[in-house]
This record gives sequence, structure tokens and C-alpha cells, in this order.
Amino acid sequence: MSSVENDNQKGKGEKEKAGGKKDLIRDWVILALSVIGAVVLLSFFPAKVDPTITTSKNYLVEMAWILPAVMILMGLFKVWVSKEMVIKYLGKASGLKGILIAALLGATPTGPLYVAFPLAAAMIDKGARILNIVVFLSAWACIKIPQEMIEIQFLGLKFMATRLVLTVLLVSVMGLVIEKIIENTGSISPELE
Amino acid sequence: MSSTAAIVNGLAVLGLVVSFFKGKGKTVQALKVAGKSFFKILPMVLIIVVLVGLLLGFVPPSQIEKLFGAQSGLLGVLTIGAAGAILHIPSLIAFPLAGSLRESGASVAATAAFITTLTMIGTVYLPVEIKILGKKFALLRNGLSFLAALAISLLMGLIL
Repeated sequence: MSSVENDNQKGKGEKEKAGGKKDLIRDWVILALSVIGAVVLLSFFPAKVDPTITTSKNYLVEMAWILPAVMILMGLFKVWVSKEMVIKYLGKASGLKGILIAALLGATPTGPLYVAFPLAAAMIDKGARILNIVVFLSAWACIKIPQEMIEIQFLGLKFMATRLVLTVLLVSVMGLVIEKIIENTGSISPELE
Repeated sequence: MSSTAAIVNGLAVLGLVVSFFKGKGKTVQALKVAGKSFFKILPMVLIIVVLVGLLLGFVPPSQIEKLFGAQSGLLGVLTIGAAGAILHIPSLIAFPLAGSLRESGASVAATAAFITTLTMIGTVYLPVEIKILGKKFALLRNGLSFLAALAISLLMGLIL
């Protein structure tokens, strides 16, 4: 992999800054409201307090381990991977090969779906086509080799294989539909940059 | 630390080391981008932590079989598919659960709907997806995924 100069899109960044602060405040307010909501709800169901807190705590620990690393990977991707490279392999002209690359990229790592969102946004930013992003996210969500193994074990090979084939087909169609809709109604404008 | 966390962190450290040797300035820039993005999505991530806690606290996986055990027919596919879209269950638990759903009388289509919506759609992740990829993309992807999951399940019911 060669490191080609990539443009910084400074203008875009500055434009987004103004709205960013407001959004951030809104997000913290929503968080405060959901915590208050949770506390009120739990005060009516004292038996649910323990399982809820245990789950939240486990989840928080998991997030704390994964999220910073994911952000670093995304940052490295943004700085080092050139627009030309993403356009070549995942852009408009990438065709069937692009879909396959997107599916492989999505199916290889393991980890919760939220990990894939920042990576998807970075790829869109660099010129990947929407179809491939949908395939990437769907593959990340539901095509995982260890997962397929468990599926065979509990539901049988026929069930797993049929579901896998149908999923790949329908996800590709869905990707095309989403791409058409987004192209016909203007840009996607991801907030995170 | 889970194996996922170990892999992701290993990759990040490796990436940083390689990046540092290739260019100090760009590495610092990458870390700045990372830090900024982290604080941008932090509140949304914490909201999800609260939501997931409540969901699993109120609907533990062990109760799902009781709730949706013998669902069949189109209505069964719909309700069980909706449950899968909203619930949040790790796949290691989800597949055995789907197996026991099937054993307790759910049809092939209903079982497939449960597994497919469960893995493909993350309603709890929706706030983060909207935040990062935009409302249009996130809502389209989740909405159409639900339709696709229903189509997959009904086709599976026909084929198997």
C-alpha cells in the first residue's frame, strides 16, 4: 500500500463545526433524559434493577475496550488511505468485484455493528459507493464465519446455507435500492467527519 | 477483555506503530481525528449502554422462548421478526435460542425471521447509526433490512 497525499477538506470541516456543538449538547441532554427515564422506570420494578445494572456495566466495559481502538483505526484510515484507492476498489466503477471486496471486508472482523459505522462513514467520505457500504454493513452484521458455525450446530447445514445465499442476494438488491434513493434525493451527508 | 477487544486493540496498536514509522505528523493527525470522533459519539454510545441494560434487564433471553414459543404463520413471522429487530442478543446465545424456538413449535419462516432480524437490524444502535451515517441512510437501511429479512424468512419457509 502506498501513501498518496489526501486532501484535508478543511472547508467542509469548518462548516460543520458550527452545527456540531449544538448537536453535542442535544446528545448529552438526551443521555441525561434517558438516564432519568431509566431510574424512574426501575423505581417501579425494583426486581429489574440488578439485571439491568449488570448488563449495562458489562456493556460499558466492552465499549470502553473496543471504542477507542476503533476510533484510532478510523483515524488511521482517514489519514493514510487515499481517496483514489477507495474509489478504485469500492467506488462507482468497482462493479461485482467491489461488492465482493465489501462483503469480505465486512465478514472478516468480529465485533458489534456500531464498530462498523465510523469505518463506513470514512469509506463514504473517500468515495465508496452506497451499494458497497450497505453490503459491508450487512456482511458485518450477519455474515460471520464463527457465527455460521454456530448456526449449523443448532439449526442445521441446510438452514444455514439457504439463509446465507438468500441474505447475500437480498442485501445486494437492497443496497442498489438504497443507493438509487439516496442518489435521487441528494447527498447522504454523514455528520461525523 | 474479550477476543474481539484483543483483536481490535492489537490492530490499532499495530497500525499506530506502522503509521508512526511512516510519518509522525500524519499519526498525530490520525489521533486527533480519533479523539474528536470519540467525544462526538460518546453520548450516543452511553445512551445505548442504558438502553441495552434496560432491554436485557426486562426481557432476558431465557424468557423469549416462553413469549414467542409456538408462533407460526405470517403473523408469527411478523411478531417474531419484530422481536428480533428490537431485542439485543449476542449471536452465541441467539442461535441456541433460535434452535429451541424451532423445537418448541415455531415454523422455519418464523425462526429464520428471528435470527435474520436479530443479526441484521440493530434498533438499539439506530441512534449511533443516525449520528454517524445520517438519518436518511440509517432509516432506509434498517427499514429495508426488515423487509429483506421478512422476504428471506418467507422464502426459507417455502424452500425448506
